[in-house]
Amino acid sequence: MRGKHTLIDVRVTKPDAASVIASRYDNKPDALLEILHDLQHEVGHVPEAALPVLAKALNISRAEVHGVVSFYHEFRRKPAGRHVVKVCRAEACQSMKGNELAEAAQKSLKVKFGETTSDGAITLEAVYCLGLCATSPSLLVDERPMGRMTPQKFEALVKELAS
Amino acid sequence: MIKVYVPKDSAARAVGADEVADAIVAEAAARKIDVKIIRNGSRGLLWLEPFVEVETAKGRVAFAPVEAGDVKSLFDSKFHEGGKHKLSLGLTEELPYLKNQERLTFARCGITDPLSLDDYISHGGFVGLKKALTMKGAEIVAEVTTSGLRGRGGAGFPTGIKWKTVHDAKAEQKYVCCNADEGDSGTFADRMVMEGDPFMLIEGMTIAGIAVGANKGFIYIRSEYPDAIRVMKDAIRIATTAKWLGQNIQGSAHSFSLEVRRGAGAYICGEETSMLESLEGKRGMVRAKPPIPALIGLFGKPTVINNVLSFAAVPYILAEGGKAYENYGMGRSRGTLPFQLAGNFKQGGLVEKAFGITLGQLINDFGGGTATGKPLRAVQVGGPLGAYLPASQLNLQMDYEAFAANGAMVGHGGVVVFDDSADMAAQARFAMEFCAIESCGKCTPCRIGSTRGVEVIDKIVAGIARDENLSLLDDLCQTMTDGSLCAMGGLTPMPVQSAIKYFPEDFDRPAKMQAAE
Ligand SMILES: Cc1cc2nc3c(=O)[nH]c(=O)nc-3n(C[C@H](O)[C@H](O)[C@H](O)COP(=O)(O)O)c2cc1C
Ligand code: SF4
Ligand code: FES
Ligand code: FES
Repeated sequence: MRGKHTLIDVRVTKPDAASVIASRYDNKPDALLEILHDLQHEVGHVPEAALPVLAKALNISRAEVHGVVSFYHEFRRKPAGRHVVKVCRAEACQSMKGNELAEAAQKSLKVKFGETTSDGAITLEAVYCLGLCATSPSLLVDERPMGRMTPQKFEALVKELAS
Repeated sequence: MIKVYVPKDSAARAVGADEVADAIVAEAAARKIDVKIIRNGSRGLLWLEPFVEVETAKGRVAFAPVEAGDVKSLFDSKFHEGGKHKLSLGLTEELPYLKNQERLTFARCGITDPLSLDDYISHGGFVGLKKALTMKGAEIVAEVTTSGLRGRGGAGFPTGIKWKTVHDAKAEQKYVCCNADEGDSGTFADRMVMEGDPFMLIEGMTIAGIAVGANKGFIYIRSEYPDAIRVMKDAIRIATTAKWLGQNIQGSAHSFSLEVRRGAGAYICGEETSMLESLEGKRGMVRAKPPIPALIGLFGKPTVINNVLSFAAVPYILAEGGKAYENYGMGRSRGTLPFQLAGNFKQGGLVEKAFGITLGQLINDFGGGTATGKPLRAVQVGGPLGAYLPASQLNLQMDYEAFAANGAMVGHGGVVVFDDSADMAAQARFAMEFCAIESCGKCTPCRIGSTRGVEVIDKIVAGIARDENLSLLDDLCQTMTDGSLCAMGGLTPMPVQSAIKYFPEDFDRPAKMQAAE
C-alpha cells in the first residue's frame, strides 16, 4: 500500500529535505503548495523547521509560508500515523448514514477527527467530498478510495491497517 | 484474445474493481485463457460498479456488480465468450440508463482506455482541435458563443463572452486555467472526465488557448482526487510526447503547454479568484471583483477560467458546430448537463441529459428512487450552497432560470436525495458549520455570521426562544446574502432558508436532550 510514512523521524532530522524539494520546483514561490504537498508526502507532515527554510528558498516572508500552511486543511503540522484515513463528512455521504460512520470511526479508533491513535497507526481526518458520492459513504485510506462503507467494514479496515 | 473491461474510475476502485481485475487475470492464467484487461473509465452506472464488460461480436456485454468472489463462476459460465451468468446485463449499449441519455460530453467515457491516444482518436478525439488549428481565434470564440454554452462550475456565465473578453485583451502573456476543484458535495463529473477521458479536457483547454491567444494553462485539481491527479499528469505527458501539447502543436504555429497543480483541502479555492491566489502559491483569499480575471487574472494577466465540464464540452462544439450543441436544451440553458445522482439513490451515477428534464425524471426514471427504499424527503441540488427541495418540487425543470426563480440553483448538476430519516434542522446547521469551516475569513458576514448561525440553530432546536431565534436567523441570513463578498457567505443562506421554508416542522419539534457530544 502506498503512503506509509514510516520514514518520518529519519527525514525530519534531515535539515535539507525542504530545500531539496523547493529546488525541484526551481524555488518558484507560486509552487509553494506543490512543495508543501511533496514535503508532507515524504516526511508525513510539514515540520515547523521547514518553514524558514522554504521562506528563504522561495524568497518570501516566513509569515507568508506560515499563512499558507495554516490556511489549507490538507497540511498537517504534527506527524501523522502510519496511515491516514479521511472520512467524508459531506451531504451525499450524510444521506447514507455518513454521520453514523463518522461516529463509529471515532469510537473505534478512540480519537477525534484530526487526531492520531495512541499506537501511531492511524490518523483520522475529516474531508468534505471525495467525489465518491454515488458509492457513499466514502473514505480515503492513504490514497486508496473506499465506498459503501459501514461501521463493520470500518472495523475490518482498522484490523487490516494495524497488521 | 478476449478483451475484458474493468473500470479504473476511483468510484469503481472504491468498491473493489482492482481486486476484480486481479482475480480475472489470475483465473484466466489458471485456465490458460488469453484475456486482455482494459482498465477503462466508468460508464457512469455507479450503483453497478464494479461493472465488467466483455467484447463480443455483437458488442460489449455487461456483468455487474461483480465481486472478486464471482470471478470463478463467471469463467465457469464462459462469460468471456458472452455466456450467461446471474450477473449478466446483456449489451451495455442497450441498458435503458445509458440508452436514454444524451451523451455529448460523456460520449467516450467508459468506452475507451483513458490513456490510449489511439483509442481517443479512433473515437472522435482531436477532431475539434484540428479544426481549431485552422481557424482564427475570433472564429473559435464565435462558435462557442453560438453553442450557448454557459459555465458548468455553477454560475452559468456564458463561456463565449468570457473568452471574447480574454481574446480582445491586449497582453503578451495570457493564461487558461481549469477549475477542477470540484468542491461541491454530491458532484463527481469533473473527476470522471479527468479519470476516464483526460485527453478531452486537454483538447478543450488547448482550443481555449488557441482561441484567446494563451500558450500556458493550469489545471487546479483538488487533493482529494489522487487518481485524477495521476491520470491527468500521465495524459499531459503522453499528449506532449505526441505533439498534441507543447511547441508547435501538430506542426502548426500554435503552442500550448499544461501543468497540474494540486489544491489542498480548501472549499473556497473553487471560487475562481481564490483559486488564482492558490495557483500563485498563496492563501486562498477571495479577491474583490472588479477587476475580473478575464482581464487581470493569474499573475495579473488576462485569464480564461472555466470548469472541467465547460472545457470538456468544447471539442464537441468545434467538431459538430455550435449549432449542433445549441439544439439541445431549453430557454437560455443550452446543450446538455452531466447530472450526478448522489447519495441515497437506488441507481446513483452519471446521467447526461439536455437541460429541460425534470428533477423528478432524473430522480425516479434514472435514479429509481431512494437506496433505502424509504420515501424521499428532500433533494439538494447544486452542492452545499444549493437549496433543499421537498418532493412537491420534483416537477421543476433542470434549467438555470427555472431553478433561480424557485430560490434554488442547478450549480454543477449534483443531485443528492435524502429519505424520510433526514433531520433538516441538522442539515441547515451543517450548512452554517460548513461555511464557518471553509470561509476564507475576508468578510464578517460570512466568517462570523456562519458561526452565529450554528449557535442560533442550536438554540432553535433546543427550544430556546424559538420565534425570536428564527427571526434572528432570518436577519442573519439576509446579512450574509447582502453583505458577503462571494457566494460562499452569499449562498449559505440558501440551504438554510429553504430547509426552514419547506420543512418548518423540523425546527419546531419538542426540544431534544442535548446530545452527549
Ligand atoms: C465558494 C465557491 C466555490 C466554488 N467551487 C467551484 C468548483 O469547485 N469548481 C468550479 O468549477 N467552480 C466553482 N465555483 C465557481 C467559480 O468561481 C467560477 O465561477 C467557475 O470556475 C467559472 O467557470 P465556468 O464559467 O466554466 O463555470 C465556486 C464558486 C464559489 C463562490
Ligand atoms: S463570503 Fe466568505 S468565503 Fe467569500 S470572500 Fe467573504 S469571507 Fe471569504
Ligand atoms: S459527499 Fe461524500 S464523497 Fe461526495
Ligand atoms: S466585511 Fe467585508 S464584505 Fe462585509
